[in-house]
Amino acid sequence: MDIAPEKQRDMLRQMQTIRRFEERASDDYHAGDIYGVVHCYIGEEAVAVGVCSHLTDDDKIISTHRGHGHCIAKGADLNRMMAELYGRETGYCKGKGGSMHIADFGIGMLGANGIVAGGLPIIAGAGLAAQMDGQGGVAVCFFGDGASNAGPFHESINIAAKWKLPIFYICENNLHSAQTPASKTLAQDDVAARATGYGIPGVIVDGNDIFAVHEAAGAAVARARAGEGPTLIECKTYRWRAHTERPGQPDHRDPAEIEAWKKTDPIARLVDHLKTRQGQFSDEEFEAMDAEILGTIQASVEFSKASPFPAPEAALEDLFAD
Amino acid sequence: MATQILMPALSPTMTEGTLAKWLKAEGDQVSSGDIIAEIETDKATMEVEAVDEGIMGKHLVAEGSEGVAVNSPIAVLLDDGEDASAVDSVAAAPAAEAVEAAPTVAAEPKAAQPAAAAVPEEVEWSGPTKTQSLREALRDGMAEEMRRDQKVFLMGEEVAQYQGAYKVSQGMLEEFGAKRVIDTPITEHGFAGIGVGAAYMGLKPIVEFMTFNFAMQAIDQIINSAAKTLYMSGGQMGCPIVFRGPNGAAARVGAQHSQCYASWYAHCPGLKVVSPYSGADSKGLLKAAIRDPNPVIFLENELLYGESFEVPEDDDFIVPIGKARIVRSGTDVTLTAHSLMVGKAIKAAEALAEEGISAEVIDLRTIRPLDTETIINSVKKTNRIISCEEGWPFAGIGSEISALVMEQAFDWLDAPVGRIAGLDIPMPYAANLEKLALPQVEHIVDAAKAACYRT
Repeated sequence: MDIAPEKQRDMLRQMQTIRRFEERASDDYHAGDIYGVVHCYIGEEAVAVGVCSHLTDDDKIISTHRGHGHCIAKGADLNRMMAELYGRETGYCKGKGGSMHIADFGIGMLGANGIVAGGLPIIAGAGLAAQMDGQGGVAVCFFGDGASNAGPFHESINIAAKWKLPIFYICENNLHSAQTPASKTLAQDDVAARATGYGIPGVIVDGNDIFAVHEAAGAAVARARAGEGPTLIECKTYRWRAHTERPGQPDHRDPAEIEAWKKTDPIARLVDHLKTRQGQFSDEEFEAMDAEILGTIQASVEFSKASPFPAPEAALEDLFAD
Repeated sequence: MATQILMPALSPTMTEGTLAKWLKAEGDQVSSGDIIAEIETDKATMEVEAVDEGIMGKHLVAEGSEGVAVNSPIAVLLDDGEDASAVDSVAAAPAAEAVEAAPTVAAEPKAAQPAAAAVPEEVEWSGPTKTQSLREALRDGMAEEMRRDQKVFLMGEEVAQYQGAYKVSQGMLEEFGAKRVIDTPITEHGFAGIGVGAAYMGLKPIVEFMTFNFAMQAIDQIINSAAKTLYMSGGQMGCPIVFRGPNGAAARVGAQHSQCYASWYAHCPGLKVVSPYSGADSKGLLKAAIRDPNPVIFLENELLYGESFEVPEDDDFIVPIGKARIVRSGTDVTLTAHSLMVGKAIKAAEALAEEGISAEVIDLRTIRPLDTETIINSVKKTNRIISCEEGWPFAGIGSEISALVMEQAFDWLDAPVGRIAGLDIPMPYAANLEKLALPQVEHIVDAAKAACYRT
């Protein structure tokens, strides 16, 4: 699939923004400025960006506890995201949600979800609404290898396949749940193989290759919009960091495995592609792009620090709609 | 100017008491809120708190006096600098002009939780009615709302082709078609979550659980995804959805199919919980639930589906959520109940009447937000209350009502709050044991008589 060079740079910019945002969130967490749990997506950026590059604001996504990448790829505002991590009233959820509950209904981001597999049935509901609406909207569920073992995975895909809902499923198989290797929990290594049981396409892609992700997602979007039903795409990828940023957290993964995956860095691969294959990009341009991104991240931190904490009375607000 | 301090009442039924002790001597400075005396009845001791400030001019009743009538003057309070001679003129003045002393516990605590939107006034129905089974009333409630609003749809197991496991959705597939009356697989977590996702998108799903027993599979979606989303998204998006189906024990279906979930869901902020008894209330409240922009748990009862009620003939007949109904007025004891237990409470009230006890029966109708005003006002009238529910006793609806009455009407109680609930066991199968496990009319009668100190 041909992607215009300009769009490729946009995708690179988004991936680098996700990485820089989380590096800063991690730094500020360790500095004590962010006090809530932070699950970093670093290393998996190509999945969120490759998928969301096909979507409009009318299309919906639902995310996981590791959701910053999906938010940014869907077009969320960095200031409001960072302010939410800082627990400020200018955050997306007025400081009442935190990292695991960032949502922006205006851009079709139906929320991160702190319950593993919690989003799988919800996306089928969004798909049902899109099907009833008949305007061609699609809905996408991001989830991990862990969620693929939970009942809602099967409940959701079974119904979506039967009802031919305009949705698709992106399994980010990063090979580990919090501390347990997926090889110890998956009955067979490939989550995508389960698609056969539901009579839908199951596709395995290199999740660190943005072109592979983009192409597979494109086919899934087309299939969904055509009313042919869901697709299950398994993106083999890897998180570079521990499960959360909590200090002293054990990480049982083999350091050699981590280093090997870092050599498949999705960002470095796209930079290399732009430089060598396209010949339209230089290290200087990437540095300039990076500097600009760092500037926006710094601005989001300053915005957050300058924002007030929620007023005490806000604790009792937003419980019921009028 | 000098004012009288009157003998306060510990409860509305108190007529006289003992002035046990003066804590402010004549000539002492008195500030508002100071404890000036202790009074006793045969039931309780209470401190008397000064309302106004000044100087204790004269004790009109000696310490240790028994049989002091409520509202009779017990002391004279002088303004600062006022001459002691003012005492005599005031001491003789009629009590009606005097200032009451306030019992220290009378203040009502503030609401412990955020209030839901103001409850609209309920208009008493005086128009035409028709006799309907409760299942028909529910069906009509759903159908009327589906005609009124294209966003409303029904989904659940066997709701379409089979017309409902309990035949509540009869004729709905035929009228609204398969896109709005949707049969789902047996996947409670799955279709509850699908309902939530559709509600996020602005649709208004009615999710039927074949019974609420099966909704335990879906409770993550109900609590984590439906109840919390408006709050944790900072008010961006709520979840306008109704989860409905039969709740409570049916007959001889054993432990996993027989339990009441009222207190489970009522525990959770962000949910409204409705559990009506009559056909009119079922229809009116279901329509209100469908129109409500929040997630509503609508608890029905299988044993009531076939009962007949008079139901208003009006597409816009709505019963507001959050309002209890006094179904029988009384003066001696209050009985609160919801769903099937309302019928038993009414029967208990009839039996009590034959023994000369006037019971007031309150149909809670909504469990959350609970209509505390109606309950408290009733207790202030009857001074006794028995909560009746089918669910388990521990942390049940009765526990909540008991705490509420203690917080807001302690001073009006003449007997401990009574709780009628199911036995604290999984539902046994054998007919005799099942009957034993469920609260019966005679349990309510006995509890009410005990509260009235009658045997």
